Amino acid sequence: MLSDFLHMGGYAGYVWSSFGLTAAVLLLNLAGARRQFKQRLAFVRQRAAAEDQT
Amino acid sequence: MKKRYQRGIRVALVLAGVGIAVALMLRAFDENILYFYTPRQVVAGEAPDGRRFRLGGLVTLGSIEREPGSLKVSFLVTDNQKTLTVEYEGVLPDLFRDGQGVIAHGAMNDKGVFVADEVLAKHDENYMPPEVAEALKEVHGENES
Amino acid sequence: MWKLFHQFGSPPHFYRLAGHLIPWFGGAALVLILVATYGGLVLAPADYQQGDGFRIIYVHVPSASMSLFAYTLMAVAAGTGLIWRIKLAHAVAAAVAPIGASFTFLALATGSIWGKPMWGTWWAWDARLTSELILLFLFLGYMSLRAAYDDTGKADRASGLLAVVGVVNVPIIHYSVVWWNSLHQGATIIKLGKPAITGDMLWPLLTMLAGFGCYFATVLMIRTRSQVLQRERNSRWLMDL
Repeated sequence: MLSDFLHMGGYAGYVWSSFGLTAAVLLLNLAGARRQFKQRLAFVRQRAAAEDQT
Repeated sequence: MKKRYQRGIRVALVLAGVGIAVALMLRAFDENILYFYTPRQVVAGEAPDGRRFRLGGLVTLGSIEREPGSLKVSFLVTDNQKTLTVEYEGVLPDLFRDGQGVIAHGAMNDKGVFVADEVLAKHDENYMPPEVAEALKEVHGENES
Repeated sequence: MWKLFHQFGSPPHFYRLAGHLIPWFGGAALVLILVATYGGLVLAPADYQQGDGFRIIYVHVPSASMSLFAYTLMAVAAGTGLIWRIKLAHAVAAAVAPIGASFTFLALATGSIWGKPMWGTWWAWDARLTSELILLFLFLGYMSLRAAYDDTGKADRASGLLAVVGVVNVPIIHYSVVWWNSLHQGATIIKLGKPAITGDMLWPLLTMLAGFGCYFATVLMIRTRSQVLQRERNSRWLMDL
């Protein structure tokens, strides 16, 4: 049964690569967005801390 | 001053790049905007003369003839107004069958036969499980694809 | 009502509100996408013509729909920024671009993979495919144009202009299969009359569309907050955060 599912009626390569590519792009997008946010937040916090000291 | 110059170059390059890409695609677009001609259009002389073009229509039921031992095949393409004969040698897509939509790329020979070097299958926007398709066939009869 | 709109256009308000909403939209996206994936890959019956190959529809169509929605949103945001000079609107447009480009890429790639076994080709220069490719180039052009300027205001205006001008491509993409003889078939869901797809195949598709929508909102809010951090990095309210 599982092998039937993975086999996708002979279209396995096409179906799984489509779903895999979609998952990869969505995850990369999310990760990239979060990384950029964290970088910029760190920069602002640094700035704020430096200001507090002056 | 130098910075402004550099920036100007960058903007110009980006716009040029986008412009060229869009222009190329619009050219392809223009040639293919009428992606195929129907049998009626071809018979009416609307298809380009002496050039390759695409013929689109439905495979007439029961018209597929294959030559045993080779990839040669001939079939009729119709739009339910006019019908043309197509000859093709090569691999056919999975969906190619009686009543299926097809788009053949090739040219008319002097015998009025369309000789194709590429045959694509075109499917409609309907999706349903086999049982539903069977039930529909019984209701509508065999004449429709 | 006007106060609401005015508040929404204020970066600190948006920043705070988005911060609260992100986990909710993110959670909803995850649930909807997982349920839709199970529905599409396991529960939905195979197609009478395309067999299990048709299941690619569950990633292809939502990606394509989102690509059109994203571009429209980007154009509206950019236009709003240009006309009413609302900085946050430009921030939203800038944030949409990479997400929209990703969905456009997915629509083209999954479409190509689907086309090979069914149509018999990885690519065709028909109206639908060509105009969707142009959409990708518009997104990339917007991002490149933005990157070419150091000054944010000039970047906003130049890229905003491109976004607004390019929006004409969106109805072209949608109606291409109606206006011209194409290889790509017509609409399955959005058409007058009943959808051309049976219920047990349809619900995972609509669920995935909702999931992609929530995902889009989530990543958009994260990216817009990033834009705000960048644009407002010298302002008082940010220092006080």
